[in-house]
Amino acid sequence: MSAPLVDISSVSHRFGQHTVLKDVSLKIEPGSYTILLGPSGSGKTTLLSILGGFVTPSEGKVFIRGEDCTSVPPAKRPTTTVFQDYALFPHMSVGANVGFGLRMQGVDGATRAAKAREALALVGLAAAFDKKPHQLSGGQRQRVALARALVIEPAVLLLDEPLGALDLKLRRQMQDELKAIQKRVGTAFIHVTHDQEEAMALADHCVVMNDGRIEDEGPPERVYARPATRFSATFMGESTILAGTVTEATDRTSTVATPVGAVSLPGALPVGSAVALAIRPEHLVLGTAAGGVRLGTAGVSDVVFQGSFKRVLAASIEDPSVQFIAKLPATATVQPGDTVAISCDTDRIILLAD
Amino acid sequence: MRQLVRIASWLYALAVYAFIFLPVVVLVLFSLQATSFPIPPFTGPSLRWYDAVLSDVRLTSALVNSLLVAFISSLAAVTLGFLSAWGFARFVLPGSGLLRGLITLPLTVSYLIIGMGLLVLFNWAGVPKSLLAAGIGHVVINLPLCFAIIYSQMGDHQINIERAARDLGAPEWKVLLLITVPVMAPAIFAGFFLSMTFSWDEFVISFLLTRFDTTLPVEIWNLLRSGLNPKTNAVGSLVFAVSIVLVVFFELTLLRRKPA
Repeated sequence: MSAPLVDISSVSHRFGQHTVLKDVSLKIEPGSYTILLGPSGSGKTTLLSILGGFVTPSEGKVFIRGEDCTSVPPAKRPTTTVFQDYALFPHMSVGANVGFGLRMQGVDGATRAAKAREALALVGLAAAFDKKPHQLSGGQRQRVALARALVIEPAVLLLDEPLGALDLKLRRQMQDELKAIQKRVGTAFIHVTHDQEEAMALADHCVVMNDGRIEDEGPPERVYARPATRFSATFMGESTILAGTVTEATDRTSTVATPVGAVSLPGALPVGSAVALAIRPEHLVLGTAAGGVRLGTAGVSDVVFQGSFKRVLAASIEDPSVQFIAKLPATATVQPGDTVAISCDTDRIILLAD
Repeated sequence: MRQLVRIASWLYALAVYAFIFLPVVVLVLFSLQATSFPIPPFTGPSLRWYDAVLSDVRLTSALVNSLLVAFISSLAAVTLGFLSAWGFARFVLPGSGLLRGLITLPLTVSYLIIGMGLLVLFNWAGVPKSLLAAGIGHVVINLPLCFAIIYSQMGDHQINIERAARDLGAPEWKVLLLITVPVMAPAIFAGFFLSMTFSWDEFVISFLLTRFDTTLPVEIWNLLRSGLNPKTNAVGSLVFAVSIVLVVFFELTLLRRKPA
């Protein structure tokens, strides 16, 4: 495997007394689409600012293309940023905005205009060259910001919640376009968001952050199917969480005592250790499934029809503090107030080290 | 009853405006007097006094001096004001609040005190009484004003715009020149035109700090010592007209908002 394009090595950062990043290490491969996913305050935006050079970390180093860029100013590093508020230059035309980076490199006017037109065509805005930013819609400004950042061919493009200001429909549309543009230009994109759907749709590599740490990272399919921690199991999609203790273990299986009954799992675990089990909503079965493990009974508290499916919330009868979240077909007849048996296929249970 | 209140409020408004503008109206009216005294009855209109003003070398050279001092001192005040506003808005400085207070403090000090202070200081430093000295005085009074106007308009929303420029490879002086100054242009022009207006009809400092070459307000004062005469009305009207033009520019640049 080639050397990573970006290598963040043991980076910590403090704002005054407050530690926002705690010993974060991350490698980014060339040509990949990386998503930093996390709630606000998780440190994802600070990490992006450190990559962009706007913040110098308190500890640790950042290497880009093998060079130590830790305290290189933004102007001199091979990254460009697409800001959340786009930060277009309001007094310049769209063409001049896109050409600004080239102008700073001393590229002559004609070449600049040609390249700016090319970049605008890439984002589907060829006609906006002579317009002013205030004449464009939010989605169009977003594209101009993207073209402006891409035109100087950075090694890494940083996107700070780029779709945050757009309405849902436009966001989904821009999401597809971002992915298509990234594949076409082949630049590594690092994109910060708190929207897990956006993360799953866009990422080649998904980094889940919480409280200044990386909780989990990997392909989104893996992070969704086999989350490493309780946090990523609940933040990247929803999960029902069952806390338990290992009571018995053989070479092949372990038995975990949970508030809703004993659950048998493949794999040897140390007896007496505390674990958490996560189950994705689509894997919970209301009623008794053949070959599945029984998880007691539950009283349905809420059924929300969501078009293609119904989202069901149910509280366990055995332990009312356990909340089941299930996703059922739209044709399911379950109603609030029903008491149902809950079960699940053993293979679908995700074991989290607590 | 309601009708009465309406009429009364109109009369009141009329009285207020009359109080403010009557002196100016009288000044302008009697500058058009045909005879030698600016007192009723009105004998004009005639432009003979304007003709007299424009053929008076002392007055016209004072007018040119005033314009020069106003232009150059305002340029200096607005440049220094902009740079200090930018420094305060973009960098964390120790004792920032105190320093900001100090820089705007001269706004509260009377021109007479500032003028006397400068007179003593220049005397001690060996700077002769001159237009330059008066110009420096005008920078002292207008810098706080320019600072206050520009600082008030320098919001956080421009920070990302400046960051974007830096991110795209612009060195700091290009960020200032190509991004911050154009984005702040309305406030900068407003500061400039307001400084011009204040410098243009400033009397006390110019009076204390100039000797042979002097500014128009000082020259008018010299003229007034020999008594009232429609020529003083004419030159006063000219001063007033220039002030109006500057204030209009100020209002246009500060109050006209560009669509965001």
